[in-house]
Amino acid sequence: MKFSNVMATGGEWLRGDGPHHQIVISSRVRLARNLRERAFPGHAKKAERTQILELIKPRIEELPEMQDSFSELLQDLSALEKQVLVERHLISREHAAKSVGSAVIMNRRQTISIMVNEEDHLRMQSMRSGLQLKSAFKLVDKIDSTLEAKLDFAYDPRLGYLTACPTNVGTGMRASAMLHLPGLVLSDMINQVIQAVNKIGLAVRGLYGEGTEAMGNLFQISNQTTLGEKEDEIITRLSKVIETIIEKEHDARQTLLQNKPNTLWDQIGRAYGVLTFAHAMTSKEALNLLSVIKLGVDLGVFPEDRRLPIDELFIDTQPAHLQKSSQQKLNAEERDHLRAEIIRERLRVFPKPDISKVAQESENESSSEPQDNE
Amino acid sequence: MQKVNLCDACSKEKGVQDPTGFALADLLLGIGAAEEIEKGAPSQRCPVCGFTQADFKKSGRLGCSACYETFAEGLGGLLKAMHKGTEHIGKFPQRAYREMELGDRMRALNEDLEKAVAAENYESAAALRDQIKRLEHEKSVQR
Repeated sequence: MKFSNVMATGGEWLRGDGPHHQIVISSRVRLARNLRERAFPGHAKKAERTQILELIKPRIEELPEMQDSFSELLQDLSALEKQVLVERHLISREHAAKSVGSAVIMNRRQTISIMVNEEDHLRMQSMRSGLQLKSAFKLVDKIDSTLEAKLDFAYDPRLGYLTACPTNVGTGMRASAMLHLPGLVLSDMINQVIQAVNKIGLAVRGLYGEGTEAMGNLFQISNQTTLGEKEDEIITRLSKVIETIIEKEHDARQTLLQNKPNTLWDQIGRAYGVLTFAHAMTSKEALNLLSVIKLGVDLGVFPEDRRLPIDELFIDTQPAHLQKSSQQKLNAEERDHLRAEIIRERLRVFPKPDISKVAQESENESSSEPQDNE
Repeated sequence: MQKVNLCDACSKEKGVQDPTGFALADLLLGIGAAEEIEKGAPSQRCPVCGFTQADFKKSGRLGCSACYETFAEGLGGLLKAMHKGTEHIGKFPQRAYREMELGDRMRALNEDLEKAVAAENYESAAALRDQIKRLEHEKSVQR
């Protein structure tokens, strides 16, 4: 599979139809594994990293899940291509900085991606739309079980899987969900929620993980600890917290509808106006405005069939996606113009916000919510 | 911003830290992490990968899986502060399970052998020795 194929087909998780997909964009589970008594990638010399890569890569490519996969050495990808993969959450920002001795292998559906020689020898990740942490874990767990028969993983009976960073030792598992929480942000309750979540040992991060800003009202919630708790316990605990946050987000939206409907319509109307008519837009502004439109779709202000085009814009307006699709390197100013142009073009057929539809929507809201919690 | 060039002696006098000694470990793993890891013998070096405590202090990462044993003393407190528990109770590789099982069987056989020898029961001692040999072979094949 070539990079152009990756570019042409969006990840399956993007076509969100998983449980609670209105609020939970995606669920991800990654496992960190290392080879026994081999220097971790950060400490290994180039020759050893390459050796380890040659040992691991064929074992991944022969997995049944990885037939017709995209498999590339990091030094063979351009900076722009790497950035596209980061924007799709298929590789980490740290991995994008790697070159000789590192690789990425992912399946056609872009639900599984495996990084070789990131911080650990192996970082295996699975992605699902909506809140589906259990099934995401199942997917990556199966791959891990197949690989462990062929590769000698570093494991200690007391400490579990041994990782480059002591924060990952034990299960080596990081489970996370990307949440869209405009209601909690608009009603100034998000900081309370973040603090509460932090207190119970879970981490809240921005769009691209550690140390990144929360844009577009998107937040990643993940487990912080990996030792002393079973994988399924971690996932159950995390899922419960996320379900509570989903409830809080719904409550916040209802409260806004009842107490501050005009503020809400004003926000949606302004977002619609700016997105439809602006000629220059930063990716941050685009994400923040698109988030408000997405909220509008959730509330019924825009028809349901407009959901996918908006979700796609979240990814397509990211800097590397813009440049890759326009086949040229652009400076920031050129990007902002192109971004505004693409958004205008896609919103040309977008109906105007219609707040008369909202009352009916919120009446049968409870029945339209997915009941399936995995 | 004011830029000053200081010699070694002056920088110490003015309390400016050596920038190469900047503890990334503190930043990544929480304040005190760099100090915690130094609890073991300070000049310790991992026999497998050559990693030192200074390396850990700088990077906040370990050098290889054997480092967990090399720096066990300092890591113990760090892991305790960082995680929910101190022992792994989750998934394990089947290979590790079989190794543990083989180890248990080996220990039992050796005990039986000692008893048989003590009781001067040489016939069963010989049989036990054969079993141990087979098990050792099995173990070496698995690796």
